[in-house]
Amino acid sequence: MEDTGRKQPSAPEVIIRMTGIGKSFLGVRVLRGIDLSAHAGEVHAVVGENGAGKSTLMKILAGVHQPDEGVIEIGGETRSFAHPVQAQRAGVAIIYQEFNLLPERSVADNVFLGREPTRRGLVDRAAMEAATARLLDELDEHSFGPRDMVKDLSVAQQQVVEIVKALSVDARIVVMDEPTAALAEHEVELLYRLIRRLQSRGIAVLYISHRLREVFDLADRVTVLKDGTHVGTVQASEVTTAALVKMMVGRELDAYFPPRAGEQAVGEPRLTLRNAGNGKLDGIDLELRAGEIVGVAGLQGSGRSSLVKAIFGAEPFTRGEVTPVRPGNVREGIAAGIGLVTEDRKAEGLVLNQSVRDNALLVVRAVGSRSRAAVADLLERVRLTPPRQDTEVKYLSGGNQQKVVLAKWLTLAPKVLLFDEPTRGVDVGAKAAIHDLMRELADGGTAILMISSELPELIGMSDRIVVLRDGRIAGHLPAGATEEAVMALAAADGAAA
Amino acid sequence: MKRAIPIFLVLAGLLVAIAAANPFFLEPAGFLAFLKRVAPLAILAAGQYFVIVSGEFDLSVGSLVTVEVVVAARLIDGDESMTWPVLALLIVIGLLVGLVNGLVTTKLRVPSFITTLGAMLILSGAVFLWTGGAPRGALSQGFRVFGREGVWAVLILLVVVTTAVLLMRADFGRTLVAVGDNEKAARLSGVRVDRARVLAFMISGLSAAIAGILLGGFAGVSAQVGQSLEFQAITAVVLGGVVLGGGRGHVVAAIAGAFTLEALFTLLNLHGISGALEYAVQGVIIIAAVAAGGLRLPALRLSPSKV
Amino acid sequence: MIALVANPTRAVYAALVATLAIGWVLVAFDGGTFTLNDMVGIQQRSAALGIVAVGQTLAILAGSLDLSVAYLISLVSLVAAETMAGQPSNILTAVVAALGVSALVGLVNGIVITKLKVHAFIATLGVALVIRGVLDHLYDGPAGRVPVEFQQLGYARIGPIPVAALLWAAVAVAVWFLLRRTRLGNRIYAVGGDVEVARLSGVRTDRVVIAAHVLCSLCAGVAGLLLASRLGAGAPTVGTDGGYDLESIAAVVLGGTALAGGRGGVAGTVGGVLLLAVLDSVFNQLEVNSFFKDVVRGVVIVVAVAVYARRTGRRAS
Repeated sequence: MEDTGRKQPSAPEVIIRMTGIGKSFLGVRVLRGIDLSAHAGEVHAVVGENGAGKSTLMKILAGVHQPDEGVIEIGGETRSFAHPVQAQRAGVAIIYQEFNLLPERSVADNVFLGREPTRRGLVDRAAMEAATARLLDELDEHSFGPRDMVKDLSVAQQQVVEIVKALSVDARIVVMDEPTAALAEHEVELLYRLIRRLQSRGIAVLYISHRLREVFDLADRVTVLKDGTHVGTVQASEVTTAALVKMMVGRELDAYFPPRAGEQAVGEPRLTLRNAGNGKLDGIDLELRAGEIVGVAGLQGSGRSSLVKAIFGAEPFTRGEVTPVRPGNVREGIAAGIGLVTEDRKAEGLVLNQSVRDNALLVVRAVGSRSRAAVADLLERVRLTPPRQDTEVKYLSGGNQQKVVLAKWLTLAPKVLLFDEPTRGVDVGAKAAIHDLMRELADGGTAILMISSELPELIGMSDRIVVLRDGRIAGHLPAGATEEAVMALAAADGAAA
Repeated sequence: MKRAIPIFLVLAGLLVAIAAANPFFLEPAGFLAFLKRVAPLAILAAGQYFVIVSGEFDLSVGSLVTVEVVVAARLIDGDESMTWPVLALLIVIGLLVGLVNGLVTTKLRVPSFITTLGAMLILSGAVFLWTGGAPRGALSQGFRVFGREGVWAVLILLVVVTTAVLLMRADFGRTLVAVGDNEKAARLSGVRVDRARVLAFMISGLSAAIAGILLGGFAGVSAQVGQSLEFQAITAVVLGGVVLGGGRGHVVAAIAGAFTLEALFTLLNLHGISGALEYAVQGVIIIAAVAAGGLRLPALRLSPSKV
Repeated sequence: MIALVANPTRAVYAALVATLAIGWVLVAFDGGTFTLNDMVGIQQRSAALGIVAVGQTLAILAGSLDLSVAYLISLVSLVAAETMAGQPSNILTAVVAALGVSALVGLVNGIVITKLKVHAFIATLGVALVIRGVLDHLYDGPAGRVPVEFQQLGYARIGPIPVAALLWAAVAVAVWFLLRRTRLGNRIYAVGGDVEVARLSGVRTDRVVIAAHVLCSLCAGVAGLLLASRLGAGAPTVGTDGGYDLESIAAVVLGGTALAGGRGGVAGTVGGVLLLAVLDSVFNQLEVNSFFKDVVRGVVIVVAVAVYARRTGRRAS
């Protein structure tokens, strides 16, 4: 619409326009009334907190999900995609965080998978390799060639392969989902260059990121999503970081959090890290005390999950001093009274085909502990509703599943309990119950360390906050710090640190 | 356990059909004869269940049964006094083979399909290398009584079934299922994943030893005594609704699968469909059973998944 | 050495050369010689297994496997021999019939796996049992007669090279070419490597798996024809006696193809088959007990896969 008035010959063509997109999953509305457009050569950033709906929106564009309402126009034509392949054919290329590449095949094979050029019925390998080489050349990528195996490439190089794949299908829209999450600092610069090249070819780039610095470096316009709604779209050059952060997080503090710990409630140290580190972390100094909830903030890739896995013993610290114990493996961690509520509960936390009871007892059975709390009491304590023991966990809601994970660790009477995104994918009611339970545990003398990328939760729950950046502690903040303060520490560019 | 209901219905139907065709089946002697015939396969299925539910395969049990029988015949060679020492040795052999299978699979990370396929070749090669190509010697009366006397066979079967059920209810069994379903979650909960799998292989080896002891008495000493038993055992387990790839299914249902298979053979025989077409029917039924289970099996998982 | 082991195909050929050399020395010590004739014998013996294993490679690369090949080989030998009934004029019909039966069995395997979603292990085991039942029902022993002309396939030589070996080579080259140069080949690797990635790239994954199984069964059919020509008749046990089901899987894996699919190739399989055959020959020359051969074979297979697992494990970590 902003283009209709202009008639200059250079008026950029609107390549993609999504209007009024809405989507519900199982009756829960995750998107409503989203408008998003991009024109040729534009980098359009899409920002928002976790759960804002960015990924769902992109999956709708990719044909993975179908929208309940709204219109997608590509090059002025209304399109609907029943399958990802249809979106690809319409010129949409998505580069997910998890690359869609075959490690055991060559770069050229990957680029042309499913559309291999043929000559007289045979795959024209020479043509494939030549085309791939040409595209690599255009991107100024000379560190690898079309015949190299994808498994031998670095993450950054694999990203280039994905981009080449997009170029080879003549994609007109390239969506990048957190493309810098797995990249090292110097690789980010290379990615910028690649994106500028895509721009110069008239491709519209939709750039999803948490990192505001990147947004300001790259984007022409920024669209902010929050809680599945469209907050607004602004010109990047006309907005400040502070204003953008406000758009992202500025919500009514409607969420309820239990009262924080009083001064006298915080007891003796349960765990002390001095200059601890491993492959992903460095120089970590941290003390966890009985009765206290410590929040951990940080962007994806900042080392948040590595920190809890290191304390737990799953990816142990290799240096530094940890008292009372530095667990070298999971069993040593558990023996020391440390529990970990993992980020991905389906992949790492639960045995989905087993019953609630079996899951709740998994840890005590694994370590052969003699003391068996009655499962019924446990389930009541974690407020599982209904508290049925024989239901297979896969049939439970996200909130109830998380309560089962909690029950599993409560059997230990843990001294230290680590939470990685404790309420991700959990409904509001269960969220409050889990928050209450966390505080109850802390009051009972457990030291709690909690990672959350939902800032209101982090701030609402934590007695103090530790901010991680690039595997190091970037700063400490007291209870009740502002979201802006947390963001500033977590996303600051090198100079500000 | 709900998943297991169909197999019990099918089994009940088959048993009724057998009884209708042959009333002798209802008499104690008739039913005892049936149990005696089922016992070895049921025991093998119970052992195989532990391996499959942990996400692996054991293809070596057929050869192992042959080894047990041939070793017993050669060492006992008709000497009654050798019965008990040899029985003890057979148990040790079974456990040892399971231990090696388990260690190679978990520590050397060889897919269990290949580990136990190799074990299959090695076992049958080694035992006939030792006996010079054909079984030699003879079993003692004391040895043969276990497979021949229905009462003994049934008693042993009962002990095996009870033990298997108790094991599956114990911490070991519950954590083993967890390993088969979600190795990563099990590991992060402190489960010793490798140890659980090695023990599963040892249980399978032990079950092959016991099945061998029964079959030695029941079927006699031959080079073919264990032939294709590994496939029959896996078939029985899968018929019982246990999922290849691990994590789902009940041991009693796996044993019921063995009963169903044997009942099916019995019924086919009664109706004059002897040996020949028996296999064809078996093939169709196993495919139909798995397909009808509507099981969306995970991608072929022949190797232990890595964390 | 590390470089050799890094690539399983190279590793298996290195092992092959080493085995030949050591075998030569051992045989020489034993007072025998390792002649061209022995080499030819190796080719001859390994041809049938080689052809089956090449087909099995396709199934395994696609992330599947085929346990029905042994019974299929027996069935094909009987179909061919009975159709020929000693008449040279029937050869063409018989070959077509034999390959038709093979393709049909492959089609059934593929459809049961992809459409009924039955695990490949169970699906092909079930199909194997069905074929076994049919065989046991219809035949008690060898049947049919293969005319002398067709027996040339099994026994004739062109120069020093047996026709059977040429047939094996032809099948291997054809499948190598298929994997290297056709879309189907590319997609077999893709489906075996990661079904989801293949699907998202627009590959019709079910069709690829079915095609791999049809081709695998066709290879088994060719092996069945070869064995019929050797025997001069069809035999209901010729496939199982040779243990072609598990042995072919073993040869494929020995050649460095991953059992999980998506990695490996025909060159490795050929090396694996040859390695097994050379071991066999050396032991024959040394007049080693045949049971000892089984033991060595089992050890070799497990050790080889353990070595490969170490390599890929290091890379992954």
